[in-house]
Amino acid sequence: MGAQSVEQAAAGPVEAPVEALVEARNLRKSYGALEAVRGIDVTVRRGEAFGFLGPNGAGKSSTMRMIAAVSPASGGSLRVLGMDPGAEGPAIRSRLGVCPQDNTLDSELTVRENLLVYGRFFGLSRAEVARRADELLRFVQLTDKAGSRVDDLSGGLKRRLTVARSLINNPELLILDEPTTGLDPQARHLLWDRLFRLKQQGTTLLLTTHYMDEAEQLCDRLVIIDEGVIVAEGSPAQLIRDHSSREVCELRFGVDDHAGVAARLHHLGERVEVLPDRVLVYAEDGEAVAAAVHEMGLSARSTLVRRSTLEDVFLRLTGRSLAD
Amino acid sequence: MTADRVNDLIAPGAARVVPQPLGRFAARHLVDRNYRVYRRDWLLFITGFLEPLLYLLSIGIGIEQLVGDFTLPNGSRVSYTEFVAPAMLAASAMNGSLFDATFGVFFKLKYEKVYDAVLATPLRPVDVAVGELVWSLVRGALYAGAFVVVMAVLGLTSSGWTVLAPVAAVVIGYAFAGAGMALTTWMRTWQDFDFITLAVLPMFLFSATFFPLDRYPDGVQWLVQLTPLYHGVVLCRGLTTGAVGVEMLIAVAYLLVMGTVGLLVASRRIGALLLR
Repeated sequence: MGAQSVEQAAAGPVEAPVEALVEARNLRKSYGALEAVRGIDVTVRRGEAFGFLGPNGAGKSSTMRMIAAVSPASGGSLRVLGMDPGAEGPAIRSRLGVCPQDNTLDSELTVRENLLVYGRFFGLSRAEVARRADELLRFVQLTDKAGSRVDDLSGGLKRRLTVARSLINNPELLILDEPTTGLDPQARHLLWDRLFRLKQQGTTLLLTTHYMDEAEQLCDRLVIIDEGVIVAEGSPAQLIRDHSSREVCELRFGVDDHAGVAARLHHLGERVEVLPDRVLVYAEDGEAVAAAVHEMGLSARSTLVRRSTLEDVFLRLTGRSLAD
Repeated sequence: MTADRVNDLIAPGAARVVPQPLGRFAARHLVDRNYRVYRRDWLLFITGFLEPLLYLLSIGIGIEQLVGDFTLPNGSRVSYTEFVAPAMLAASAMNGSLFDATFGVFFKLKYEKVYDAVLATPLRPVDVAVGELVWSLVRGALYAGAFVVVMAVLGLTSSGWTVLAPVAAVVIGYAFAGAGMALTTWMRTWQDFDFITLAVLPMFLFSATFFPLDRYPDGVQWLVQLTPLYHGVVLCRGLTTGAVGVEMLIAVAYLLVMGTVGLLVASRRIGALLLR
């Protein structure tokens, strides 16, 4: 191995495609005394959809901003597209698409102008920008709104325009910070569909979310982040396999003392979690748990048997639910 | 092409259209953005042009009846309107550039978050600062050009140097736009802009705009000479009356330094505020 690397060194730099688009090692971010990101390791590979799942304030947006080369790291190392964001910010940003949480659309411009102007910031020619703008408006289904003022758009339409804007430079890596937060279900599904198509076409996606369904829908791989540290990493299915049972039996009792009831259920499953309004029993066979509870003479007001989700993984790893 | 694909834009392995390196003129795209917004707002253009003209008509031509002619330091005699007109040119260059660089920049910086989006592209804070500055100078040059034409038509210019007066106005705009933009980065609310008004109004009235420097009390003359608008007035008045002198070079140097320092501070501050 040693001999081989010497040989390679002798042959000069090897022009291999950068497979790791993002490589963070012990990455940190502090704002004054507040430590938002406390040493995370992440590798995002070309072509995958990678997620940061965590509650608000977990450090997701801070991490995205560092990766997007608009926020200097406070510690650790970070390479984006093989470059150092501190030294080569403009070069990195020219190849990224960024969809920030608060859209930052230009309300003094029309929908189409937002794309035209933004594309020019990447050094694209007027003709090229016009062609892409029209194509992207079709892609996000905003063609008939091309001449509208941005302020007249609904939240969902603004979000779609922001996604279109982030694609104007044909980015190698698309960063989406909370892409569907605040959208109604229909708008969310439409956006997911568009993002899924981008993924199918080979765009590398990097997204943050505090919705476990979003993470499960879109992500090939994800990290669960809490209080600035990564608590687990893997594919959604693998995380669920590793950190939760196959099924969950959710029981709501008509009593205040869920903890007292839960104490009597421990033998029924692998694990029991007590939430303010319900008890969760984790087991391979949720129906069997429900039946056993019934046999014990405990009458649950409602019983729900379901598959484990990333929400359960998060609960298991942090002791809190994502919505907290 | 179906609407479901972003076609060749996104397809894996497709030849990417590599964006041109933006180089040193990246700021021009921000100028282009501002132009797009502005061309819809022609009313704003008219008011920017009318302001100095109205001052000129009321103060210059109105008061001329009362005060008669003036003798300039170089001995030439001019009418009062000829004396005041270049000062109005300088003052409107100051006002126009301050408007863009303070209110305009604050709105985009704090409310519209325009620069947050801009800085996610290859553009840097210095491109933002330069872009805004250049834009305000382009606008200022248009106003100044139009005003100087009006001056010439009204017979208020007595020298070939006058053709340089719009350039002088641009230099004045540079100084105030740079400084104004730098100060704006420290503004927290719209109320803070009262401080700028507080500085601008006395300057407008007492920078040898309406009467010559030697009419000020001795102890105040040096104070007047410290203000940037005074130097702007010296510059414009020298050019349109033909009373050119070495003090104009000092004025140019003063204004260029002021604008450049402002520009450097503004780009640093924009970076510090947004790239946290």
